Amino acid sequence: MKIPVVRDILEANERIAAENRRIFNENRVFVLNLMSAPGAGKTSLLERTVDTLNGEMQIGIIEGDIQSSIDAARLSKKGVATVQINTDGACHLDGNMIRGAFSHLDLKSLDLLIVENVGNLVCPAEFVMGEDHKVMILSVSEGDDKPLKYPLMFRESSVLLINKIDLLPYVDCSINKIKESSLKINPDLTIFEISCKTQEGLIGWYQWLRDMVRTSS
Amino acid sequence: MHELSITQGLLQIVLEEARKHSISKVRLVKLRIGELTAVEPSSLTFCFELLTKDTPADGAGLEIDVVPIKLKCLNCWEFFETRDASFVCPACSSFNTELITGRELYVEQIEGD
Repeated sequence: MKIPVVRDILEANERIAAENRRIFNENRVFVLNLMSAPGAGKTSLLERTVDTLNGEMQIGIIEGDIQSSIDAARLSKKGVATVQINTDGACHLDGNMIRGAFSHLDLKSLDLLIVENVGNLVCPAEFVMGEDHKVMILSVSEGDDKPLKYPLMFRESSVLLINKIDLLPYVDCSINKIKESSLKINPDLTIFEISCKTQEGLIGWYQWLRDMVRTSS
Repeated sequence: MHELSITQGLLQIVLEEARKHSISKVRLVKLRIGELTAVEPSSLTFCFELLTKDTPADGAGLEIDVVPIKLKCLNCWEFFETRDASFVCPACSSFNTELITGRELYVEQIEGD
């Protein structure tokens, strides 16, 4: 017997993500899913962002890591509401894990919730969690061929932060090549060239966040 | 290795559909997977064999139809397949294109008795 099915394999996750989205909207919190390879600078970006914008807006953070709470400890020192998720081996966060985590946060009091995904350039791009936008970081030390090798994350993201530009004199990486190949995959991508270390270029990112939070509240 | 979570979703659908149609032994599962998804067919097959053990889908074949990335140019209406991860229209160089196929990730059919 042949049974036509035609059902999306990710339907369960997408249902939960849609429900998360409804809850985020109800509480007027703007939610970002921050993704990158390990070591590209997600936690450093969050530290800089919190230092600059906390006070101006209420920020909450969900930290996703396979193991440890090192990142959450780094951020909670800054006085922002931080929840740690340990995925125990899973290479990405999904709607259900986020749901478990945000129940520990007072969403009503937040303007901005940033979810730091597990460091990985492949898997996280496939799973929605109810976010408003996906934001990704690519650091120049990873090489300028990454958009071609991992097109899905570049396609799904609204913002690309090219980090560690202070290292450009020491690495073989062309920023123009990154921008050109990323825009071929996703012409709507907003790109910022930044260094979390020297803080160069971060002003544009902060402004993007301010504009987004303002229009969503 | 997110193929494991994807396979869990897949297996849930297969077992639900089998129950719904009173199939006690699933013989074949047909999937459509777009080239733009981050799914590796061989990992998926491995996970499927692992997770179906002692279920009505134990031993079922997995047939994966890989769907190419196809786009439509919204400027000149050209249909094209991507080369080198470029989503730009090869005919008129427009960036204004729409993805038609390549993001599929679904169960198309199951067979069994």
